[in-house]
Amino acid sequence: MIQYLPILILFIIAAGFAITNIGLSAVLGRRKPTAEKLSPYECGIDPVGTARERFSVKFYLIAMIFVIFDIEVVFLYPWAVAFKELKLFGFIEMLIFVGILLVCYLYIWKRGGLEWD
Amino acid sequence: MEAYLFYIMAAVSVTAAVYLVFEKNPVFSALYLIQTMVCIAVLYILLEAQFIAAVQIIVYAGAIMVLFLFVIMLLNLNIKEETKNALPFQKIPAIFMGIVLFTAICAVIKSKLLQGKQGEYTTAYVNSVGNTKLIGNLLFTDYLLPFEITSILLFVAAIGAIMLAKRKL
Amino acid sequence: MTNVSIMTFNILSILPILVLAGFGMIVLLIDVLTSRKLGEKNLLAYLSLLGIVVAAVLSRSSIGTATFSFNETFTIDNYSIFFNLIFLLSTGLTILISHNYIKREEINYGEYYALLMFSTIGMMLMASGADLLNIYIGLEVMSISIYILTGFKRSKLISNEASLKYFLLGAFATGFLLYGIALIYGSTGTINLRQIACFIAGRGGGLDPLLILGMGLIIVGLGFKVASVPFHAWVPDVYEGAPTAITAFMSVGPKAAGFAAFLRIFMTSFAYTHHEWQKIIYILAVLTMTTGNVVAIAQTNIKRMLAYSSIAHAGYLLIALVSANNMGVSGTLFYILAYIFMNIGAFAIVIVLSRKGDEFIQINDYAGLGFKHPLLAIAMTLFMLSMAGVPPMAGFVGKFYIFSAAIKSGYVGLAVIGVINSVISVYYYLRITVIMYMKEPAREFSPLTISPLIVAAIVISVVGTLQLGIFPSKVMEIAQRSIFTLK
Repeated sequence: MIQYLPILILFIIAAGFAITNIGLSAVLGRRKPTAEKLSPYECGIDPVGTARERFSVKFYLIAMIFVIFDIEVVFLYPWAVAFKELKLFGFIEMLIFVGILLVCYLYIWKRGGLEWD
Repeated sequence: MEAYLFYIMAAVSVTAAVYLVFEKNPVFSALYLIQTMVCIAVLYILLEAQFIAAVQIIVYAGAIMVLFLFVIMLLNLNIKEETKNALPFQKIPAIFMGIVLFTAICAVIKSKLLQGKQGEYTTAYVNSVGNTKLIGNLLFTDYLLPFEITSILLFVAAIGAIMLAKRKL
Repeated sequence: MTNVSIMTFNILSILPILVLAGFGMIVLLIDVLTSRKLGEKNLLAYLSLLGIVVAAVLSRSSIGTATFSFNETFTIDNYSIFFNLIFLLSTGLTILISHNYIKREEINYGEYYALLMFSTIGMMLMASGADLLNIYIGLEVMSISIYILTGFKRSKLISNEASLKYFLLGAFATGFLLYGIALIYGSTGTINLRQIACFIAGRGGGLDPLLILGMGLIIVGLGFKVASVPFHAWVPDVYEGAPTAITAFMSVGPKAAGFAAFLRIFMTSFAYTHHEWQKIIYILAVLTMTTGNVVAIAQTNIKRMLAYSSIAHAGYLLIALVSANNMGVSGTLFYILAYIFMNIGAFAIVIVLSRKGDEFIQINDYAGLGFKHPLLAIAMTLFMLSMAGVPPMAGFVGKFYIFSAAIKSGYVGLAVIGVINSVISVYYYLRITVIMYMKEPAREFSPLTISPLIVAAIVISVVGTLQLGIFPSKVMEIAQRSIFTLK
């Protein structure tokens, strides 16, 4: 487990940095709340309506397509690591795998899955 | 050290899972789910399965959780609206069956377990070759067929996303 | 440095799967790359049928071989070939009955055929899988395709609801299956079916509670797929909401695949522990048959009635599993084949008589059919008699074999319960016949739109039902030769 020590240290530093800053501003900062200050920040414009808007199903479609190709990439990683031993055999099988997903991509594209209609 | 870490992570993940179920606000539920998944990733690391741990974080805690949040926002569940229990009479038998299953699993775990076959890949061996490389070697030789079929599975998932979620075809 | 042995594998063994995958993708690409109007997609149906036929011919050509390939994760033997042909038959018949139906319902997309073929790939993998990972992946490919097909009537709320219900419950059941596989791996250290059997036998006695729990969870997972009670709650709603042609497909294909995996896993890997699981399956069989038949009596919608009837038939097939002998296996093969003919035939007639938007599917809508469309009524009567198990129909012979298998293994009580259930089922199957011939029609029958493909499906089903009923010996002989050769 010792090899994870740097990660632990990083965690501690990150958490410490956040806690220190929040703590300092809580201790040192002056509070004069006004309605303007307490409203959510939307790039300087007055907030319009509630943030709990209903999302369009289009986002879901894009996210789903992302997950599908994300998983493809997950498979590519161990393949790349083991590529030297797998040689041509590994190349061909990954070619088939990626080929099928390429057809999948073509299908999504031509069906208009990538369009924001 | 590792045993302690295991117990801490197991406790945290179970607690987060319980909160996930009982939390009224679905967005908080999703956040608890992330916590559970991160804890499970740590458990994978404790089992020396680093690749799976990384995939757990990248795919589950990352990509799939985004999908979860999109769906929650898509449904726009109102917190104030008390979810009405449509099937109140199922509650008691459901709790009962859950307890029965839980006790059964506990009893099994407590009872004398027979030793399974010792795997041929010992921790020392896995670490000498490298976890990811070993997965690659096995996945692309012995388990070639399930791997290739996975591409069909992903294809089907894409068709499903298009067919069920696309407004205009 | 590790030695990676590039294993030798027999690409011929997965040729039918490759063909189906290829045709599925071609159909999809033709659909999206060419822009034609909705009504002109006859080509896709014919192309899919061609793919099915080619796959069937290739599958058939390897009869008699018994090999493992892909490092013993995949097997081709007569058992899996028989099942492959069963799946291809059910998919082929489904395409025949869908062709006109999906045009009428305005869901004529190429995805429909592609998903049917992809789900057939999953089923083939389930029947041929020689390790639990392959069976699991096959199950997923099959199920996800069917979840989508269930929701294919995109604009209909009932279809979407059915899809969602099926998906949520199905995913939950798959979780049970996976947990079971994990526990079995923990207990035996392998997911290869043959090695599990060797390990359990090698240990001799000494039952691991972990193994029993794993077996139980696998029963839950597969029991859901074959719609056995108490994992049947999804069946009526999903069958009602799905497009009718998909309901027909769902009630035969996945059920057959579920039983293929069930028999293979339990009769090879867990053969040694059969005393443990036979008790569980016994109870499931009794519950399934009885619930299916008793509740079917009360149904007024024909799709729901056929849904409960399909639960009941799963119960009969579970009897064959309980008997756990060769006769039970061959009986299952025969019964599933017979069930495909009679069930898809019945659904074909439901499709012919229904109207756009799935109207006129109440049982009372069939009043007077016997006079208006005598041929359809005769065919429907045949299918109903066959499902009820009246000689000389296919259903009778199938039940006869299954009940004999149970008696042969000493489960006389179970066989008696099966016979009693068959008698109960006669009531609701014959009620349709009675309504068709004895009741005055409540409405005018509008002219039917019959396509040649659906007529072909009905004719094939009628011929199959009669052929298997009157001359069962030839098919039975093939079924007997199709029990597992690789253990």
